Amino acid sequence: MEILMCIVAGLLFAAAVYLMLSKSLLRIIIGTGLLSHGTHLMLLTMGGLKAGAVPVLGEHAATYTDPIPQALILTAIVISFGVTAVFLVIAYRAYQELGTDNMEQMRGMDTDD
Amino acid sequence: MINLPILPILLPLVAAVLLMFLSKSVKAQRIVSVIASAATVLAAAVVLLKVKADGIQTIDMGSWPAPFGITLVSDMLSILLVLTASIITLCVVLYSFGSIGSGREAFYYYPIVQFLLVGVNGSFTTGDIFNLFVFFEIMLMSSYVLIVIGGTKVQLRESIKYVLVNVISSAIFVIAVGFLYSVTGSLNMAHISTRISEISAEPIITVLAILFLIVFGLKGGIFPLYFWLPGSYAAPPAPILALFGALLTKVGVYAILRTYTLFFYHDQPFTHDILALLALLTMVAGSIGALAYKDVKQILIYNIIIAVGVLLFGIAVMTEESIAGTIFYLVHDMIIKAGLFLLGGIMIYITGTSDLNKMGGLIRQYPALGWTFLIASFALVGIPPLSGFTGKLLIVRAGFETGEYVGAIVVLLSSLAVLYSVVNLFMDVFWKKPEIPLPETKKQTASLFIPAAVLVILSVLYGVGTEVVYPYVMQAVDTLIHPEIYIDAVLKE
Amino acid sequence: MKTNDVIFQTVAKVVFFMIIFFAVHLFFAGHYYPGGGFVGGLLTSGAIVLLLLAYDMKTVRRGFPVDFKWLISLGLLFSVGTAAGSLMFNVPFFTHAYDYFQLPLFGKTSLHTAMLFDLGVYLVVIGVTMTIIQTIGESE
Repeated sequence: MEILMCIVAGLLFAAAVYLMLSKSLLRIIIGTGLLSHGTHLMLLTMGGLKAGAVPVLGEHAATYTDPIPQALILTAIVISFGVTAVFLVIAYRAYQELGTDNMEQMRGMDTDD
Repeated sequence: MINLPILPILLPLVAAVLLMFLSKSVKAQRIVSVIASAATVLAAAVVLLKVKADGIQTIDMGSWPAPFGITLVSDMLSILLVLTASIITLCVVLYSFGSIGSGREAFYYYPIVQFLLVGVNGSFTTGDIFNLFVFFEIMLMSSYVLIVIGGTKVQLRESIKYVLVNVISSAIFVIAVGFLYSVTGSLNMAHISTRISEISAEPIITVLAILFLIVFGLKGGIFPLYFWLPGSYAAPPAPILALFGALLTKVGVYAILRTYTLFFYHDQPFTHDILALLALLTMVAGSIGALAYKDVKQILIYNIIIAVGVLLFGIAVMTEESIAGTIFYLVHDMIIKAGLFLLGGIMIYITGTSDLNKMGGLIRQYPALGWTFLIASFALVGIPPLSGFTGKLLIVRAGFETGEYVGAIVVLLSSLAVLYSVVNLFMDVFWKKPEIPLPETKKQTASLFIPAAVLVILSVLYGVGTEVVYPYVMQAVDTLIHPEIYIDAVLKE
Repeated sequence: MKTNDVIFQTVAKVVFFMIIFFAVHLFFAGHYYPGGGFVGGLLTSGAIVLLLLAYDMKTVRRGFPVDFKWLISLGLLFSVGTAAGSLMFNVPFFTHAYDYFQLPLFGKTSLHTAMLFDLGVYLVVIGVTMTIIQTIGESE
């Protein structure tokens, strides 16, 4: 199961890299979204995928789920939500101000402003 | 009071929330900002004295005991940097009154600066590796807003690159923390350190060391990863640039210093050699940039990169003396970089351009500015008895003693490059005959000049008063060289 | 262009309240079961966005005459205030207090100060989400 999840995370990273290398700003933002999804899946897998029991329990549990990676992922999700939101707003403003969402055309000279 | 070490984080946070309510009145925002920043400086000074007297201070947040909950740890290194960051923020806030412009002031500039300070002070103080990530993100999120605030075209264009680079580095950070957790089973930095020393031979630890170096190197601007820095930092106006140059890159350097002395000191022949090599390349790359550009902002920005190289070399040598030098130089560099960027901002304000070819002859009308800038430049280079001297001396001497001759010589050569670039800047801006004669009327710069001069004076005092600072720095070094002190203080064994 | 979508608007009016109630339920469930301030806040802002789609910005503004940026500050104040309350009792920052109370109607209920913190999160999430959607949607 862990290996499968690692492969899935790798696929997400690959897709994210592909999208982030494209010229369109919106694709880049979707790429960052996929990147953070991949990261979160990786984090979950890192904690070990044990199924079948609640996180918090006594001293002698046969099986349990580690709650820490889940807490970390929750935090990371909230943070990536915030960052994506800020990024979207900046990209939108840039589109309005510069009149393009193409990174190639955005690469103007410093004298252009 | 049990909660003392949190005050330098909590005060700016409360101030930021209050400032958001006051967004209608610029005057009220200014007053609250100054009071809050001054209170933060005061709180940091109190904690500094407390740490000096009683050793490392810790708080277990939410009363969860040490390795399980999040712990805040104020050791001497943290609190020295927190104090420096708070002083710089106070000066930058004062400087902003005259220069940032009413549009930015009305658009949440002051609360965001306070949020940035929350992130910076939090990163310095936290004792939990994931919490470090969270404070990094607070700091970065504020910096995203600061870099784009005002919304000029160049700012928007550069901010996209800046955000993208940092989003990627944050993703790598989370992955690295995930790996570290799966190897050690802990997030508390002291606990991780004990776990790693139990399994020190594992090559996975070395891999993790390099992963963390990539993450912190992206923030700190070390050799192959500094590519985003000059463009992005040149976009925002001077006070924001001063905050970025003085605080953000130094948080990256602090994180490397902390992790490489606390976690990754087992495979030094590999990790610290890579660090030393990157440090040298960073210095060379920074020197090339500083010598090549004819632009006030760019020259000063490339000087940030040179300083990061010097600091990294100090960490890589890893003797007691070199770490002492690194800490001396870190505090010095934060103060003097902020001062230089603020002075550079005044020059740009007076001439209306940052291009050296178009500037000149300012010394006749602004002699105080000129000589202050020259003193600041000499301090940056490290001419005795000014503040850069002690740090560089200790780093270079430690380098020679451990046989890192090439590194030590490159540090000295980079000082020459710094000297040439800043003196060139001084000559061009202040002595050269201007192409277009300057207007006879003098611009009012007192409100801008005073905060910048305060920083330069502080830096001179820091240099002259090395004897006074010395015991504080040595206490910080002690904790870094002997991780047991840190571990015992946190885990209370 | 203004289309006359009666069905959408009527359904939105009903569904809006369903989502809000579910959001409040999630918010209160958050202490022991899945849920909490973040999800509750997201759902609430989802409900408001639904109204935004069905009607327009002006109508929604009339329904919610609050500045969403102000909501962010208020939420932060709640959260920071709850955490800082521990300063007054000289216990470590973020330490929360809780006890069981006999309330009429609910019976034996546990009340936590952590709920106030979550309320802050709830408000911040609504504020942030709506501010962003307003910023992006404004010019249309």
